[in-house]
Amino acid sequence: MSEPVIEIKGVTKSFGEMEVLKGIDLTVHEHEAVALIGASGSGKSTLLRCIDLLEEIDDGDIFLDGEVITDPSVDPVGVRRRLGVVFQAYNLFPHLRVLDNVTLGITRAHGVDRAKAEGQAREILTRFGLGGREDEKPSRLSGGQQQRVAIARAFATRPRAMLLDEVTSALDPELVGEVLSAVRDLKSEGVTMVIATHEMGFAREVADTVGYLHEGRLVEIGPPEQVLEEPQRPETQRFLRRLLEARRV
Amino acid sequence: MTPPDRRAERAAAKRRKDRRTAAIAAVSTILVLGGLVALVLTSPGWPDVRETFFDADYFAETFPDIARAFWLDIRVFVVVEIAVLILGLGLALTRTSSSPGLFPLRLLAAVYTDLFRGVPVILVVYLMGFGIPALGVNVEAVILGGIGLTLCYTAYVAEVYRAGLKSVRPTQREAALAVGLNERQAMRHVVLPQAVRNVGPPLLNDFISLQKDVALLAIIGVTGEAFREAQIFASTDFDYTPLLGAALLYLAVTVPMARLLDVWERRQDR
Repeated sequence: MSEPVIEIKGVTKSFGEMEVLKGIDLTVHEHEAVALIGASGSGKSTLLRCIDLLEEIDDGDIFLDGEVITDPSVDPVGVRRRLGVVFQAYNLFPHLRVLDNVTLGITRAHGVDRAKAEGQAREILTRFGLGGREDEKPSRLSGGQQQRVAIARAFATRPRAMLLDEVTSALDPELVGEVLSAVRDLKSEGVTMVIATHEMGFAREVADTVGYLHEGRLVEIGPPEQVLEEPQRPETQRFLRRLLEARRV
Repeated sequence: MTPPDRRAERAAAKRRKDRRTAAIAAVSTILVLGGLVALVLTSPGWPDVRETFFDADYFAETFPDIARAFWLDIRVFVVVEIAVLILGLGLALTRTSSSPGLFPLRLLAAVYTDLFRGVPVILVVYLMGFGIPALGVNVEAVILGGIGLTLCYTAYVAEVYRAGLKSVRPTQREAALAVGLNERQAMRHVVLPQAVRNVGPPLLNDFISLQKDVALLAIIGVTGEAFREAQIFASTDFDYTPLLGAALLYLAVTVPMARLLDVWERRQDR
């Protein structure tokens, strides 16, 4: 198998008394897409935030390209420049045009000159079906379009890995498809990804590996057809059964 | 029988209602304003007031001097406002920072804000105008007064900025960090622009207050200031018309600012 891009070893994280991550081990290889599934509060989002150093972990270590990033001596800014994050609530910059949302990181964080950055941004926006919307403010766009801008913004600097945090959970059902197809597009290019998601069908289709998080532990991990169709652990079986029942109602 | 045209009926009813609304507004306006004017004009002291406050000839005679003096007000306002905008921002950023090295500065900033927000502007101007010269420092009164105004308004404006910084959701800072900006860049390019936009109207409100408070410089003997000039005219001839002239000059600046504020607020709502 190819080189590991992200390695998570024995990571724990508490918020006050509440232990959200109870010793997570996970390896994400180059070009691999790992989907994290699990109930709300199981720790999916927290894990992604820990990888991007938006949260400080309590114990364990996280490595990016073989280099430890969770050591206190490591500058988080340099690490974040090598990762791309897409948030559930898009979190676009409302005061900036769509184009400037995408170029801000390219110019300020990566020192690319303005003209070149704009060229790159236009190209990537067009690719995600947003050509012609460059000069508009994000608030003029639909939720699906905003989330695609957010994906373009995160991907514009060609990060080593993309971290997608429930990118369709805030969307109206009819807008989910366009965002998923943008993620599919990233996958077809071989982008390394960690995807926290509630969309089981999507996880099955795009992910190479599915991990089931239950109360801060990664209780089951493997290829999607195994974890989603023949889960070994009772927690996973219960979770999938409940999802199935909910869909039938 | 033809069915009644409901659409036409409704439109007619709406027209009748609109006409009634407009008529009521017009009548009540005439009654209230007319009543007030009548009250003033029929009051026993009106002839004297008209003579001492609304003397057209004296107005024409003194207005040019007062208008010239108002130029000083404008200059003081502009200089103080620029200083306040810069210092207030510095103060707000200091107070909202979390860096441990800045702790003593944060403490001082909090004390400063409490102090100058809690004392009347007129008192600070007075203390500056008479206290500093008493120390043996020889500075022009207009500069001392300007510093007094700056001290007070920096405290107000810093609080406005601080409210603005708080109004930007923390997810915005996080999103900025996530695209690879450092803390300073996130503040400069993402948080601050949104913060200032959110507090535009209250900032402009403080501009208007400051513009009026420049008149306080009169009490520490700043000559050539519009209110002081009008006061001198008024006290020499016991005719208060020049004060009316000064009032009009202040309004000429503050009313457009207030309208600008309305436009700004309306644009934000959109």
